Amino acid sequence: MAKITFIASNGSSKIAEGFGGSLMELAVSHGIQGIDGDCGGVCSCATCHVHVAPGDMEKTGPASDIEKDMLELADGADEFSRLCCQIQVSDALDGIQLRVAK
Amino acid sequence: MTSPEMKSLSSPNQTCVVIGASHAGVSFAFALRKEGWQGGIVLIDQDPDLPYHRPPLSKSYLANPGNGLSLLKAQESYEKEQIQLKLGIKVTTLDRESKALRLSDGNVLSYDKLVFATGARAWMPQLNGMEPGMPLFTLRNAGDMRRIQQRVGQSTSKRALIVGGGFIGLELAASFRKMGLAVAVMEREERVLSRVTAPELSSYFEKLHRSQGVEVLLGQEVKAIRPSKNGLQVSIMDNLSIEADLLVFGVGIRVNSELAEQTGLDATGGIAVDGQCRTADKHIYAIGDCTLHYNPYYERHLRLESVQNAVDQAKTAAAALMGKPEVYDALPWFWSDQYDLKLQMVGLSQGYDHSVLRREGEHSFSLWYFKEGRLLAVDAVNVPKAYVWGTKYLKERTALDSEKVGDPTIDYSSFAFSPTPHLNLPK
Repeated sequence: MAKITFIASNGSSKIAEGFGGSLMELAVSHGIQGIDGDCGGVCSCATCHVHVAPGDMEKTGPASDIEKDMLELADGADEFSRLCCQIQVSDALDGIQLRVAK
Repeated sequence: MTSPEMKSLSSPNQTCVVIGASHAGVSFAFALRKEGWQGGIVLIDQDPDLPYHRPPLSKSYLANPGNGLSLLKAQESYEKEQIQLKLGIKVTTLDRESKALRLSDGNVLSYDKLVFATGARAWMPQLNGMEPGMPLFTLRNAGDMRRIQQRVGQSTSKRALIVGGGFIGLELAASFRKMGLAVAVMEREERVLSRVTAPELSSYFEKLHRSQGVEVLLGQEVKAIRPSKNGLQVSIMDNLSIEADLLVFGVGIRVNSELAEQTGLDATGGIAVDGQCRTADKHIYAIGDCTLHYNPYYERHLRLESVQNAVDQAKTAAAALMGKPEVYDALPWFWSDQYDLKLQMVGLSQGYDHSVLRREGEHSFSLWYFKEGRLLAVDAVNVPKAYVWGTKYLKERTALDSEKVGDPTIDYSSFAFSPTPHLNLPK
């Protein structure tokens, strides 16, 4: 099990406990505002954009090439940006913090 | 804003009823709450399943029955936002005069605002020899998918025939191959995806499916169907026939616009809406696949079947209903996943007079469609970069040098005619 902290754009935070699936699915199932996942998780819409806390980048790893290209369409993307449909929940992610992009 | 209209809109005593709880209806309900609607929100759908993503029906869901459906929103989210779901229920009549709906469960529901998010249904053509109980299918909802999965499980010779070489047909073919079935795809036109892409892309997809073992029959039509030992014997042209355990049609849709039409709303080729998703009745809006709307990019009326249009119109309608009119001018985009291949499309290519192929590799390329020198659309196969840059150029209405587009040594960022002083702004 992994406990993931999502920080919404209004500053409120919510901890979600995940066992599998993607971080996007975890966010949607916990009603995290700002994570839509319109394309259903196939890296085609850039509506699940999060900024990973800098110290947690090691756990999530960097964005893939496809993801980096798609992030060009997202507002405010930076070196900590990920599309969270592309991150699988695992025990290794326990404790990470994600800020939902505006 | 304190206009009387706004006050009445925000009243907790009012009810907004949404017919259709798929991508458009669900997005609208949440967007309306976010915009500050204080009244009731009721979402009605014939589909008994908690609203789910539909595009994966022909893709990942079908081939991976164990994974279940991905929900659009968690059950708790509806409760938290006080959005009432009435699932497995059909709206039978609409009375615009008294602003009331009669439901299939016998109840009458009054509304202050009504939203059509009724989408479309798959069309099954009537063919010679068709009988009830034959293993004939269309795919539009989770129930359809489960029936197809069940039939595949029972089938003996594991042979599927798909009629229609559009996106649904080809995605089904890829999924069926993944499930281990022998697959034939029959298309009436001389190429697959003829309605939506250039011949280069059609030919690529045809070869791709053939290389994956799919039999692709072009310029072919079903003449008659007969029951046979394993399922069906399907007669096609040239006195040929095909044996199949099941036949799935992917030959188009019919818009669910009858309810609107019956009450005198304009619904020829889709429910007519203006730039704010309003119908001619000021209490009624329409969004998503069921609407015929004006697209400012392409300067014509369109009906689009896409998640993008559903979500964007939902937001536009919610804002308009709350007195914040924003004209709908979103750029259409689509995607399709077949085998390990990623097709992303932005814009609408219909009416192009010139296309440019930009090749990055055998299985990665993009097609750029132009009309009178203006970029209309980009189809990208395994090149998200082309999709992303195409989107940017379309949104900014940048004039592109098509020779540069076709030259793979020139970077995506440098397709504009040079010099273009008004676009050389620093980032």
